[in-house]
Amino acid sequence: MRTALALVLAIALAQGAPRARPIVVASKPFGESYILCEMFAQLLEARGFRVDRRPGLGATEIAFAALRNGSIDVYPEYTGTGLLALLGDTTRRTPAQAFTHVATEFRQRFGVTWLPPLGFENTYAISVRRETAAQYSLRTLTDLARVAPSLRAGFTADFIGRHDGLPGLSRAYGLTFREVRPLLAAVKYQALAGGQVDVIDGYSTDGLIARYDLVVLADDRGFFPPYQAAALVSVALARDDPRAVATLAELSGRIDGAMMRALNRRLEVDGVAVGTVSRDALDSLGLGRPSRAATGAAGTPTGRISAWNSFVHQIVDERGALARRTWRHLVLSAVSLAVAALVAIPFALVLERRRRLAEPLVRVTGLLQTIPGIALLAFMIPLVGIGIVPALVALFVYSLYPIVRNTYSGVRDADPVAVNAAHALGMTPTQVLRLVRLPLAAPTIMAGVRTAAVINVGTATLAAFIGAGGLGEPIVTGLALSDTGLILSGAVPAAVLALLVDVALAACERAVRPKGL
Amino acid sequence: MMLTARDVTKRYATPAGAVNALAGVSIDVADGECVALVGESGSGKTTLLRCFNRLVEPDSGAVSVDGADVRQANEVELRRHIGYVLQEGGLMPHWTVRRNVELVPWLIGLPNAGALGTEAMGLVGLTDNSFDRRYPRQLSGGQRQRVAMARALAARPTVLLLDEPFGALDAITRSDLQEMFIAVRKQRPVTCVLVTHDLFEAQRLADRIAVMRAGAIEQIGASLDVIGSPATAYVARLVEKAGLQRLERHP
Repeated sequence: MRTALALVLAIALAQGAPRARPIVVASKPFGESYILCEMFAQLLEARGFRVDRRPGLGATEIAFAALRNGSIDVYPEYTGTGLLALLGDTTRRTPAQAFTHVATEFRQRFGVTWLPPLGFENTYAISVRRETAAQYSLRTLTDLARVAPSLRAGFTADFIGRHDGLPGLSRAYGLTFREVRPLLAAVKYQALAGGQVDVIDGYSTDGLIARYDLVVLADDRGFFPPYQAAALVSVALARDDPRAVATLAELSGRIDGAMMRALNRRLEVDGVAVGTVSRDALDSLGLGRPSRAATGAAGTPTGRISAWNSFVHQIVDERGALARRTWRHLVLSAVSLAVAALVAIPFALVLERRRRLAEPLVRVTGLLQTIPGIALLAFMIPLVGIGIVPALVALFVYSLYPIVRNTYSGVRDADPVAVNAAHALGMTPTQVLRLVRLPLAAPTIMAGVRTAAVINVGTATLAAFIGAGGLGEPIVTGLALSDTGLILSGAVPAAVLALLVDVALAACERAVRPKGL
Repeated sequence: MMLTARDVTKRYATPAGAVNALAGVSIDVADGECVALVGESGSGKTTLLRCFNRLVEPDSGAVSVDGADVRQANEVELRRHIGYVLQEGGLMPHWTVRRNVELVPWLIGLPNAGALGTEAMGLVGLTDNSFDRRYPRQLSGGQRQRVAMARALAARPTVLLLDEPFGALDAITRSDLQEMFIAVRKQRPVTCVLVTHDLFEAQRLADRIAVMRAGAIEQIGASLDVIGSPATAYVARLVEKAGLQRLERHP
């Protein structure tokens, strides 16, 4: 029912879906994936296809779930990730065997197509500072295992959890670190360079490895599977538009490791806009000439400038985009909150009449609250795809508890003497609820709505991970590209928005407070 | 309007076990009479009072108002035609005094609710129309109880149930309101059941007193008879504690 509700909302909200759907090109939330996504998009546009960009989707599970259910049509993926993270297969294979295996398995199991590899591998690059390498004479992971007990590791949460990450690596090499800290991809290089950690999980094509002059330790036991990059294509696109698939396949075998490293370096070190990096790359391959100037992804960084300048640029020069994102953010929050209030308040009123059921059911809505945001969004994708619908459903779910809790408590605990008198003087139960309990509970109910609204506005930044836009968009992009100013250009307005919403609802709270109280 | 209760019993389940709130109580209240139910807390006096407007449903026995069994009546309708005053007033805090007073006429759907409200406020001595727009919070305790009384009287009920109506007031205000009550009864011949733990108040306001103890009526009779000749040691002790034996000696 919730799904149906959300669908109705989304239809009401959607900007008129075109009949022939554009090709939805997506990426995962890190720089290289952004570049490849943008190259796919520009190449398709150059050949006259209409394209919708959805860069920065949550992580592997979210992007793949979105591809499987047809919410997106293509995104860059890595054979090793397909093998281990998606198929859970740990058999050792050569790069060619690995590709053949994932291509066959994915077609059989999911109907999804792997286009021939793009031409480079991007494996995990366990990296240390140059002086650490010199101090302990580290060249390989076997060397690292020897001194690991005295080193602090900073790994991404993804790496710490994955079969092909830390657990497998520890077994293969007998690694035990003094400490393992989970780090965001956006900060791990700074943390290593700054000496807060001694070992990180880089990607072999990262531009930042060169920037920070790091030493990549060789995988001498061949633990990591081959991570060849390739375009992963949805069932629908492969079936309906072979010409688009053929266009994408033109990139197969064209991007080697050196080229990818250079592109990443331009984006992450030199701070060139992703649209420009991708256009230049396509030009150099003779595949360029887009029919129209590429607009670049939302929140594209504009040069390696200081965080402050980047922030100011986003807030001042890109104020149109800021206004659009703020509006989208507000719409997401307002619609989900309004529906939540429309559902939660009557629900709580029913509970007040069925007190035995009340506490358990209120707790259940509380339990929904504890589902981590990104997990809830991930659950939603197989049901309702990506974009605005799952975002609305998730925000709706998060808004329920404070409203249900406050409404129920407020109505239940409404001035017992007044309630008693209301019964004694001959009000019907419905009149007692409508004329006494509800008005007396109104400020408490409104306080619940207010709490829900502030949580909602904060949580709505996560919506960007599933392509629903809003102020989370520059946060996601900024995290992927290590652009602090970009992150702040989403986070600061989101915080201001939450404050304003709180102030506005505080005024509503005063307005609904009955005069005599 | 005559009120009767016949062999009424009521047991409550409490965490400490079942409690006999009413253990076979019978009482008759004649038309226009005021009977006070006196006793310690837990004696069952409020439970008995609440049987008359079905806020409490007896386990056994029969309760009737004007000869009609209350179980035959619609409980909401029944309550609308019986005035009720609570100790804490129980005014709707979010409503003005005026709206509070007009509540029952409005519930019944009487077209002249406004006039009835004005009349009731006059009866209890709230003649200053500045009260109309004030909220209960802005009133003194005594004023609130006057409003509660006006609210109970507004629909011109013939029966009035009062549960410790002046219990929470200071001595002077209490005395003022007792006088107001006496004055109201002179103008409105209404059948009253008054719950109080104060024997002095009972003899001042009621025609008859029923002393209750452990869910039963220990003694019932004309006010001065109960005070003058207590039937049991318990009643005698109550009278003594209230300091009323002196009143008997110097009437």
